[in-house]
Amino acid sequence: MNHFHFIDRRKNPKGKSLGNRQRFLRRAKVQIKEAVNKSIRDRSVKDLDNGEKITIPSKSTAEPRFRLNPESGERDYVAPGNKEFGVGDRIKKPPKQGGKGQGKDAADSGESEDQFQFTLTQEEFLDIFFEDLELPNLVKRTLKETKATAYRRAGITVAGSPTNLNLIRTMRNAHGRRLALKRPSTREVNELKERLFELERIAFPGEGEIAEKKALLIKLEEMEARRRWAPFIDPLDVRYNAYEPTPVPTTAAVMFCLMDVSGSMGEREKDLAKRFYMLLYLFLKRRYERVDVVFIRHTHHAEEVDEETFFYSRQSGGTVVSTALEKMLEVQKERYPAGEWNIYVAQASDGYTQSGDAKRCVEMLNEDVMPISQYYAYIEILDERELEVFSDKDSGAELWRAYRTFAPKWKTFAQTRIAKPSDIFPVFRELFAKNAREAA
Amino acid sequence: MSTLLFTDSEWSFDRLKATYNAIEEIALNDLGLNVYPNQIEIISSEQMLDAYSSHGMPLMYRHWSFGKHFARDQMMYQKGYTGLAYEIVINSDPCIAYLMEENTMTMQALVMAHASFGHNHFFKNNYLFRQWTDAEGILPYLDFAKKYISKCEDEYGFEEVEKILDSAHALMDQGVFRYNRPPRLSEADKLARAVARAEHEQRTFNDIWRTLPTTEEPDDEAEERQLEVRNIKLPEENLLYFIEKASPVLKPWQRELVRIVRNISQYFYPQKQTKVMNEGCATFVHHYIMHALYDKGLINEGSIMEFLHSHSSVVFQPDFDDPRYSGINPYALGFAMMEDIKRISTDPTDEDREWFPDFAGKGDWREVLKDAWANYRDESFLLQFLSPKVMRDFRLFALHDDSKEAHYEVEAIHDEMGFRKLRERLARQYDLGMHEPNIQVVSADLEGDRMIALRHEVHAARNLDPKTKEDVLWHVHRLWGHKVKMDEEAA
Repeated sequence: MNHFHFIDRRKNPKGKSLGNRQRFLRRAKVQIKEAVNKSIRDRSVKDLDNGEKITIPSKSTAEPRFRLNPESGERDYVAPGNKEFGVGDRIKKPPKQGGKGQGKDAADSGESEDQFQFTLTQEEFLDIFFEDLELPNLVKRTLKETKATAYRRAGITVAGSPTNLNLIRTMRNAHGRRLALKRPSTREVNELKERLFELERIAFPGEGEIAEKKALLIKLEEMEARRRWAPFIDPLDVRYNAYEPTPVPTTAAVMFCLMDVSGSMGEREKDLAKRFYMLLYLFLKRRYERVDVVFIRHTHHAEEVDEETFFYSRQSGGTVVSTALEKMLEVQKERYPAGEWNIYVAQASDGYTQSGDAKRCVEMLNEDVMPISQYYAYIEILDERELEVFSDKDSGAELWRAYRTFAPKWKTFAQTRIAKPSDIFPVFRELFAKNAREAA
Repeated sequence: MSTLLFTDSEWSFDRLKATYNAIEEIALNDLGLNVYPNQIEIISSEQMLDAYSSHGMPLMYRHWSFGKHFARDQMMYQKGYTGLAYEIVINSDPCIAYLMEENTMTMQALVMAHASFGHNHFFKNNYLFRQWTDAEGILPYLDFAKKYISKCEDEYGFEEVEKILDSAHALMDQGVFRYNRPPRLSEADKLARAVARAEHEQRTFNDIWRTLPTTEEPDDEAEERQLEVRNIKLPEENLLYFIEKASPVLKPWQRELVRIVRNISQYFYPQKQTKVMNEGCATFVHHYIMHALYDKGLINEGSIMEFLHSHSSVVFQPDFDDPRYSGINPYALGFAMMEDIKRISTDPTDEDREWFPDFAGKGDWREVLKDAWANYRDESFLLQFLSPKVMRDFRLFALHDDSKEAHYEVEAIHDEMGFRKLRERLARQYDLGMHEPNIQVVSADLEGDRMIALRHEVHAARNLDPKTKEDVLWHVHRLWGHKVKMDEEAA
């Protein structure tokens, strides 16, 4: 029988080719970035949460080899499936740029000779998307959520795969067992055998020699039996290195979405706000293992609602922004202690509030909200005409002007204006650009 | 009637073992195969994709091109444009074959018969593999290569390593010895030295700074290399070998990288020349063994039907005008020829007796096949064994393509007049020399301006593709460091 064995490799660590992929992405970085930026322009913010099929020029990652020019010289070629041709028949060559059949296939898979198409995972896509952005003050790392695990050495086990065999332990155990069980060594056996041969060589052995020989034979048999009974290596001796999943510390963040839902905020305004929140949410998800989202809507009073209600149900009433801040603080105190959570607040409004309220908002922000927040983003949603009017950063509605006065005190506070979907991305970049201080 | 090995499609390790033993019984005692010990590894489909992208090797150094191939294969697979191969097998001792966990029990049996016995026998016995590859040494060598390259990356940076590998990859096809056997002894000697170095490093573990790949070449090694360079007789067809030895600019670690690429290229060279035979052998063996299992009552009708379904898609040959056509399917041609050898041995026609007097009707097909597997490569195998029946079944025809003409001309079809010509033409199609350019180093002025001159010997007026020529020459220049000249001359 031929020797054979099976090995179960399914549990081996995944992503063996990860290193190759990283090298590939790095190699084609410029082209991939360009492709990603193009695809961002073409798609809505809502489906950012997917991987992306991208196409890059294949020149950037070409692997040139010397080859013969297919369009030069003469060649002979044998093909299968002749149905009608006889010797001497002439077949018109298909037009260049590949035959019909080939061309169609190529179009189906979206590839051609000059392009290389592949799929970026969501991770990779977003990494490239967010590359120059960095959330400010990412300082709090608590041990609250532990989802990720990594394999660490965890001593020795008796079961495992051959690759993890611990040779030194195994041999040490075998040695100890052999000593304990008094396994005769090869040297001892050989010495005995030699003595036996010596005795055999004596032509006329005396009685003492015959007796010795008998004794030796019995001893030899005993030794051999003992060697069989106590083998050199026993399955009992075998030890493997053990690996155990160990939790890796990660961080958690909570994101408060505050929105004015009074009559002055229409579908369009809400939609813009929603896009902003989604982008922010995605961004936080990249940074934190766990991200909670709290939706707080307000008119003249504020309440915590679910996402559906937040964006789609209507409510009428006046506008008192500070109620939302109160509510936010209340929820935060109850469920998200500042020592364990990174707190982000995004507020969307059309900028109108009851007179006097803006002042109260600023007070609350100054005293209660900003000290515990990692970041506070205020976006004001205008229509395009208004945006032109308020092109100067210092003029604006009451809330804007009020925020404007205190904003310089807090590096973690940002305020900005948007009017149409295409404004969101630049604004987003500005808000979270690496030098958020200057931008805000 | 024996008991069935399995009745449903689920596989388990016990079933695999029992089935392996039944297959082995047939492979060794009925077919008389001679194989390396088998190591069979169960992997997931993701791991299969992984293995794909690095030449199917279980160990490979890291390079972006493997990542690129992986990205493409993965997309093609996920979109359903292509399926996964159900097997990868490695020419090593022990012979490693992969089974995918998704496969049914019948498929596992098929793959074991195909890879662990068919390919395995071919690797162990075919003269090309025996002479040109080192089944025992390949895995340790790849392990060494991987570690060496990653060490170089740490020391000199990704970019520097990538530059050398990119350039060496561009010359991979010109990195093999085609006619002379590779100077194996000195290679083995070098490997042993590298291993000795590695062991030395392990012993002097606290002396880590000395374990880094060296930048400066010790005098004695430089001298030895110069001696080797003087012994190279020009013209030299192995560009990578010449560059590795004689390049005026490469540092020792860079030479080692070039050598690694060259050795891997050489290792795969026999596979390129035996596609039809290798796949034919494996397909013939799995076909025979699965039928034998069925005849012995070890597998049931459902299983043999499932087998036939996948077998027939493996050996499917689309016609030239079919959109699915992409050349001759080596599985189909190899299998058809080997089945035909069996038929000619046991049940010949008059035509067969005329064409194959040596073995027609003698009934010893096992011996004929084993001899063919051991002593031929695709080109010579076709020239010797392609029968009129197979040519008829494939409805082969020979075309002449002159790039100056607007028409192909049909020069032979499957009739009495055409058989010999078809056979000769098809055989030549498998001669690598016919479609890989023949490029040689013709001179190198090592003392003077250090210019290296390359020559492409032009066959049938076929020049180098201008789209890639300049790019590759650029890579030659990077490795050589001085002027590079390239001529194209009719041989």
